[in-house]
Amino acid sequence: MTVLIVLLALAALLIVSGIGIYNSLVGLRQQVRNAWSQIDVQLKRRYDLIPNLVESVKGYAKHEQETLERVINARNAAIAAHGVGAQAQAENALTGALRQLFALAEAYPDLKANQNFAQLQEELTSTENRIAFARQHYNDTAATYNTRVQSFPAALFAAPLGFRTEEFFVLQDPAQREATKVSF
Amino acid sequence: MANETFHAQIAANQRRSLLLVAGLLALFAVTLYTLAVALLHDTQAAIVPAGLGLAGASLVAICAHQFGASAVTAMAGARTISRDDDPQLWNVIEEMTIAAGLPMPRVALIEEDALNAFAAGPDPKRAVIAITRGLRDSLTREELQAVVAHELGHVRNLDIRFSTLLAVMVGMLVFMSEIARRSFRFSGRRHSTRGRGGSGGSGGLAVVILTLVGLLLAILAPLLGRLIQLAASREREYLADATAVQLTRHPEALANALEKLGADATAPTEQSRALQHLYFVNPFERAREHASALWSTHPPLAARIARLRSLVTAVRTGESR
Repeated sequence: MTVLIVLLALAALLIVSGIGIYNSLVGLRQQVRNAWSQIDVQLKRRYDLIPNLVESVKGYAKHEQETLERVINARNAAIAAHGVGAQAQAENALTGALRQLFALAEAYPDLKANQNFAQLQEELTSTENRIAFARQHYNDTAATYNTRVQSFPAALFAAPLGFRTEEFFVLQDPAQREATKVSF
Repeated sequence: MANETFHAQIAANQRRSLLLVAGLLALFAVTLYTLAVALLHDTQAAIVPAGLGLAGASLVAICAHQFGASAVTAMAGARTISRDDDPQLWNVIEEMTIAAGLPMPRVALIEEDALNAFAAGPDPKRAVIAITRGLRDSLTREELQAVVAHELGHVRNLDIRFSTLLAVMVGMLVFMSEIARRSFRFSGRRHSTRGRGGSGGSGGLAVVILTLVGLLLAILAPLLGRLIQLAASREREYLADATAVQLTRHPEALANALEKLGADATAPTEQSRALQHLYFVNPFERAREHASALWSTHPPLAARIARLRSLVTAVRTGESR
């Protein structure tokens, strides 16, 4: 009789703690997905800013048609890109084109003095930061989630229940990581 | 590893906030009861005003939790701003909330030349980050980012719940003890002229003892408030610095910001005394750098900078791998 009660209590304890672990895994996975979608939100913000930027530069730097076109093409290519790898590559190309555009602005004092342009530059600097921070946050949450999935006791039943470790976002361009740091 | 500490810190802050409120309510109740006994000279009848007072104090505690952020911003003389008032500051804060995965807090500006900042609020959803005009104007974008990251560290670790409660409740406590001191002087005079030939006996003795306890509490209350304030802060400052580094991946910027704050010699305004534990750098300790470490709410600036500088090398070697 007592043995039965002890066994029942043990089983109940096991079930309750199992439910707890399962729920926390679900919560963590949700956080990882939210973090991932945040990256897309910030990328979209950048796509939306670019047409304005190109417009304001056009008036001052008519002879730089080539650079402007490269930015626009890179933007369109980034929007059209599919798949994580292809998208990352297109985004990197866009970052490079934008950097070139801002370097070019140095040669046009009128443009640099233009308040609208200064505002756009701040917005784009911020957007670059946001993208970098959103990726960093994704990696941070994914690391927490992965640690939970792989550690005992969650590791026993995580895989059969469909909790797989998430991939990290790899920064291919080392200069990109520096970009958030050297923008005084 | 960093996650462990911040989850532990959140749990500790929830516990401490609860303990703080319970402890202060008990203190309020005892003080009020002794006061009532001293004034009414009746241990039975004194329960009624003491009970009413306790109910009032509970209400205050609830208000301190609910509206603490607004109270603290008002105490600091800060004005809430919107994106259009300062787009760059807004951007910097929004960037850091993305890195931390937190909701956007309210932003407030303190029109003061001294360099400082603080965060307050009951939880991350209703948090407020306040920055002085001096800080806004003298830091680079990156340094500003580091300071904001430090403050968001307080938000995420839930330090803000405890420190906001502390600011409001300690403010109330000091106010109460001031009233107690005055009424004691008043009732004491009346007692000595009238109570000579009266009842005396054991009831009289109880009244005298309770009066003494009440007097002691009235004297102790401000000191107690100061002590709680001290217990609050030092570990959490180091942890918030660590969070800032985790979020910005840039310890050098925070170290530079701290150096600028250390060099700032603008005198703090008196109104911020009850808020000193909230600030990025304690305004009063900066004014007298030789303050003994035991009595500080913040670790000395030099120690914080040294810790960050040692991280700079650690991050560099970590990156080369």
